[in-house]
Amino acid sequence: MNRRTLRRVKSNVMVGIMASAVVVAVLPLLFILGSLLLRGASSLSLAFFSQLPVPAGETGGGVLHAIVGTLIIVGIASLLGVPIGVGAGVYCAEYPGSRLALVTRFVADVMNGTPSIVVGVFAWTVIVAPQHHYSGLAGSAALAILMIPMVMRTTEELLKLVPNSLREAALALGYARWRTTWSVMLRTALPGIVTGTLLAVARIAGETAPLLFTALGNQYLSFNPNAPMAALPLVVFTYSIGPYEEWHQFAWAAALVLILVVLVLSIAARMVTRERFGAYRD
Amino acid sequence: MTEPAPRMQTTNLTAMYGKFSAVKGVSLDFAPFQVHALIGPSGCGKSTFLRALNRLHEMSVGGWVTGTVLLDGADIYGPDVSVIRLRRRIGMVFQRPTPFPTKSIYGNVAAGLMLEGRRPKAELDAIVERSLQRTALWDEVKDRLHTSAMALSGGQQQRLCLARTIAPEPDVILLDEPTASLDPQGTQRIEELVFELKRDFTIIIVTHNMQQAARVSDTTTFFYLGNMVEHGPTTQIFTTPQQEQTEAYITGRFG
Repeated sequence: MNRRTLRRVKSNVMVGIMASAVVVAVLPLLFILGSLLLRGASSLSLAFFSQLPVPAGETGGGVLHAIVGTLIIVGIASLLGVPIGVGAGVYCAEYPGSRLALVTRFVADVMNGTPSIVVGVFAWTVIVAPQHHYSGLAGSAALAILMIPMVMRTTEELLKLVPNSLREAALALGYARWRTTWSVMLRTALPGIVTGTLLAVARIAGETAPLLFTALGNQYLSFNPNAPMAALPLVVFTYSIGPYEEWHQFAWAAALVLILVVLVLSIAARMVTRERFGAYRD
Repeated sequence: MTEPAPRMQTTNLTAMYGKFSAVKGVSLDFAPFQVHALIGPSGCGKSTFLRALNRLHEMSVGGWVTGTVLLDGADIYGPDVSVIRLRRRIGMVFQRPTPFPTKSIYGNVAAGLMLEGRRPKAELDAIVERSLQRTALWDEVKDRLHTSAMALSGGQQQRLCLARTIAPEPDVILLDEPTASLDPQGTQRIEELVFELKRDFTIIIVTHNMQQAARVSDTTTFFYLGNMVEHGPTTQIFTTPQQEQTEAYITGRFG
């Protein structure tokens, strides 16, 4: 075997190994999607999106209450988490060497690795227990705590990607520092920050453990965030551990809806990202 | 004939990064409506000197300055000086083109003007057109003013940055190796513009290119290791330099 063939063989072997790693990485997702579609799709109907659950023993019903609950809880969590996360990210990018930034960055990395159930217990201790009642708001607070470090780190990393020469160009033109940060640095990094934020929203939308201790769940349609609230992950959890076969069926369908919501958010994030690459090309 | 008062004047200007002096006690006068070239090998402090003239140096990590810099006789490091207003009077173009990627061609040229408050659209349009004409870019971009500036070639982007710099009518323009990333054709166009623009502006240009300094400048200053070695009319520096180091550098024996 001459050297050229040997190199080609080596190259093919390595590419083959990496390709199989890709397959192994993607397979679980395909299996999950496949089994969800297989078991959940048959129960999906318009009624599933527009009706409330029916008592045990009856068939039919829907998860409207949980869809509304998830939207409200995640919406409030985003309203709390995004401004704080982006603000902290901007601070860390603008004052990278400051002691506060170093501490914040470290804490955020620890928080990113904290199990979400711990955050749930924390929210229960500081919000639910003193109030003596579960509430959607407590759920939002728990999810916001999970979201802040993710948004913060993404914002910081993306701001660091904006070339420093742009900052200097703006300053040299007579931009004040705040204006440089706001309308040059943040504006340039915006598509990426939006992507990162949408991914963070998708991530918290699927969280179950923190909501068990905070939002609790609710069988009825409720728009009051200061009371127990339903959420899609909670429906999946409750119905999948129930004793009835119809309930299991119901849980599969709810899980499918949940993953569809997350998928839509992720695809939206990808589309914004693609736009970003267009904007950066030079 | 009396000498016109210098537009900018440095006295014993020292620029530091922490404890390291990048520029050591430089005193120079820059006469108005001339092109002043700063030359010297890499790391000689010429860029740092330039960045001390619009107070950009102090934005670098550990950057600080001693000595004085006067613009039309007023100390730019004085306690009552607004850095923001100062930088609107001293424009700057960098080594690599820096158009704002989120703004259109029009938006880039207008960026500095927008800072001075709202003005009628017709007036803004006129200034944008005039600035692009003065940088010989108007004919190339007039049909796509509202498209992204990132689609322009490197040379066009650099002329766009020049247009953005002159639009607010600064007194002084600082050019930090403006042709370092351009091809010969782009370089030539920038040099022609520099020659044109000195009718209206005082220009200080840092360059690595000796021929460029000889072609475009009226005075030349040679920096070495943070010291100002020699300063004089360009023809004199390039034909009869007084210092041995200067001669060695411009004849290519070191640097």
